[in-house]
Amino acid sequence: MAAIDPLWWVVGLIGLGTFVWRGAFLVFGRGLRMPDLVRRGLNYVPPAVFAALVLPGLMQWQADGTLDTPRLIAGAVAGAVAWRTRGTIPTLIAGMVVLWSLRALMPV
Amino acid sequence: MMAAITPFGVTAGVAGLDAGLGPALTMGMSMIVFAGASQLASIQLINAGAAVPLVVLTALIINLRMLMYSAHLAPYFRHLPLGWRSLMAYVLTDQAYALTISRVMTEDSDRFNHWFFLGVGIPLWVVWQLSTAFGYWAGTAMPPDWELGFIVPLIFLALLMMSINSRPGVIAAVVAGSLSVLGRGLPAGLGLTLAALAGIAAGVLAEGRRGGD
Repeated sequence: MAAIDPLWWVVGLIGLGTFVWRGAFLVFGRGLRMPDLVRRGLNYVPPAVFAALVLPGLMQWQADGTLDTPRLIAGAVAGAVAWRTRGTIPTLIAGMVVLWSLRALMPV
Repeated sequence: MMAAITPFGVTAGVAGLDAGLGPALTMGMSMIVFAGASQLASIQLINAGAAVPLVVLTALIINLRMLMYSAHLAPYFRHLPLGWRSLMAYVLTDQAYALTISRVMTEDSDRFNHWFFLGVGIPLWVVWQLSTAFGYWAGTAMPPDWELGFIVPLIFLALLMMSINSRPGVIAAVVAGSLSVLGRGLPAGLGLTLAALAGIAAGVLAEGRRGGD
């Protein structure tokens, strides 16, 4: 019998655990009634989680301890575009074009 | 949205190649886990030689937000049979959640909501697999100074702006975002989870102060 790469265990456990998270209420907890406070809180899951995911990606410090300004500016422009257009593609284009332009203008 | 996640998936493929995972494990991870941020984080940890429990724990903390998505979506799909709900759980992603929740909470909601969900979730799954495979195959041909990794926060930025529809929502986003930046020194995923919970609490408090709406 060929040895199985132990990393399959890692992948399998992460996959299983993630499915438990995803199915916690959708699949397994159908009968669960949520208290009113929790239900109100759930309405703020999208802005809170997405903000917590995005901000550290826009504010990055370089090796010399200074803030990566082009990234931050590109993020701010993309944020304004996202707010106006409510679309993913215009946001991506704006963010990448501004980032590449600033990198070209301000060589490290 | 499909075009937007392609570079994200490609990045996961390139990361798998760089870490020497081999094609089977890289693709297996995309199919079994199917959650980009946790895949990138766990590949980095594996590459750094981290212990198995640490890798698994980190990935699961990063994916803890799926639990909140599940709780938020569940009431709208309670009537569906088990098979449907299981399939929906498997293809639940940030994007499928964001688009579906903004539909079911408005006048666009109808009895086809579950088809809408799968209409986002399944094409995303297919694009994710194809782009991971492409990333693994094209591998190091991708110049690092294109900074394609920046696409990941940009995707979440678009989802964030789409999700803000009230003043308490703005407050939730500002609190969670700032705390997440401050908590970046914490073990991966933990800062994110704590910041999100604080943001949610701030949103509820802000709503209560206005007498609710």
